[in-house]
Amino acid sequence: MFGHRSDLPLDKDPLSRFLPWLIAFMVYLAVLALAGALVLNAVIVRWDRGVTGTLTVQIAPLERPPSVSAADARADEERRQKAVLDLLRSVPEVARAEALDDQRLMALLEPWLGTTEVAEDLPLPGLVDVELKPGTSLDAAALGARLAKAVPGTSIDDHKIWLERLVRLIRMVEAVASVVLMFIGLATVGTVVFATRTGLAVHQEAIEVLHLIGAQDSYVAQQFARRALVLGLRGGLVGLVLAVPTLFGISYLAAHLEAGLLPDVDMGPAHWLALISMPLAAALIAMVTARMTVMRTLARML
Amino acid sequence: MTIDGVEYVVRFENVGLRYGLGPEVLQDISFALEPGSFHFLVGPSGAGKSSLLKLMYLALKPTRGLISLFGHDIAITRRGDLPGLRRRVGVVFQDFRLLPHLSTFDNVALPLRVAGGRESDIEKNVVELLSWVGLKDHLKARPPTLSGGQQQRVAIARAVIARPKLLLADEPTGNVDDRMAMRLMHLFEELNKLGTTVVIATHNEGLVNRMGHSCLRLEDGWLEVRGPDSGSAGQTVAAGLSPSILGGAVGRKPESAA
Repeated sequence: MFGHRSDLPLDKDPLSRFLPWLIAFMVYLAVLALAGALVLNAVIVRWDRGVTGTLTVQIAPLERPPSVSAADARADEERRQKAVLDLLRSVPEVARAEALDDQRLMALLEPWLGTTEVAEDLPLPGLVDVELKPGTSLDAAALGARLAKAVPGTSIDDHKIWLERLVRLIRMVEAVASVVLMFIGLATVGTVVFATRTGLAVHQEAIEVLHLIGAQDSYVAQQFARRALVLGLRGGLVGLVLAVPTLFGISYLAAHLEAGLLPDVDMGPAHWLALISMPLAAALIAMVTARMTVMRTLARML
Repeated sequence: MTIDGVEYVVRFENVGLRYGLGPEVLQDISFALEPGSFHFLVGPSGAGKSSLLKLMYLALKPTRGLISLFGHDIAITRRGDLPGLRRRVGVVFQDFRLLPHLSTFDNVALPLRVAGGRESDIEKNVVELLSWVGLKDHLKARPPTLSGGQQQRVAIARAVIARPKLLLADEPTGNVDDRMAMRLMHLFEELNKLGTTVVIATHNEGLVNRMGHSCLRLEDGWLEVRGPDSGSAGQTVAAGLSPSILGGAVGRKPESAA
């Protein structure tokens, strides 16, 4: 296919030299956009897997008149916490219900309040970390209602709202990535159409001779299509080769700078396959576009 | 399409051609060429010889009238079937129109490749034909490095390589001396003997008279037809006199119509 004889000197067109670079650039951008979308998708899946199956029950401290001593208040809070734990452990779907001790609570608050002793005196809510048995689901709202009835001042958080917002955000970013991919595809098509039309104009005389000695349109179109395929593959591979180090660089930076924010993302073989197929996709787009452009142009000849 | 049991290679009926909104360069052209016939197309420069040939090798559509090629009415032939008709027509263009980036071999091989011929057959036929026209030593040469006469022979080789049923040549002897012209003419006659219908546009009237074939004369867009060996130039032959001509001089200058 690559060593095939061509009747038209398409290799010497100025555009033949510059089309691969354009396609390389397009593929570079496409690989980055696609990788971004795939990574975000993996993030959603992980979050979803990591977060569903856990609940947090929050026990707000009750307001007490100042006459109640701190020790009594503490005892009362512990009693409420125990009631919550007992109730939770009686629920069949619950695998584990554990109250966070003060130390972990302080550790959670540290970024906001600092390590000062201020926090010691604050009426902190009690937090209970609940883990559900794998594969089970639970009506969090109903459980919340039961808890609030048994121990007033409790609320339940299944992270749904938080998660949904994040997922919505990520879906939006993914949609943007898809639109970017689409535009890259359109830009590639436009570039190839332009390049092909220029080629047709440059080789008009030779094409007319081919036409007059009985060449089918597809005979001429095939030469342009084959050329576009080769140029597209060549450019696409360059783009991919440039994109891979960029991706590794980004993931290295992400792992080192934002380790806490993103779960570490490793892309599966299917994802890598998708990225590697981008040059092929670009080459196929180039080939089909070139062929259609030639066919449409030649259809105007007698 | 046959008339009187003969399938004409080319048939024109009341064909007119104009470019854009200009005057008609060809008017009421009617003739028919029988298989295996040999014709000269003569007339002063600008009379429309090239335009008439272009109509015959399907580079132009007539503005009016009917053209049929190998029995196919061009106006109603599907576009996809035209390449099949073109492959049966060999054309020697006035300016050769060789592809400058291809070797002599590849230029001559082009019609066979376009028709999807096998590369091994192509090789054999092309080398044989190029040897026959004396260009065996120039198989790899590109046309711009060849002399005018050599290019002409390459162009002729390309026109005849696929054994066309109709050979159209536009001033094929325009740039060569008389000796070479006669040699090329004999080449065309050889081809004609093998059954190819030949039409040669030329303004070399001496050549025409020497060869003594039927003659189509174009003048100011009108076509007159003379039979072979018809004596002095300008004598118009009546309809039916020439076996290869249908209808004789249907298109005629109004002032000479009497």
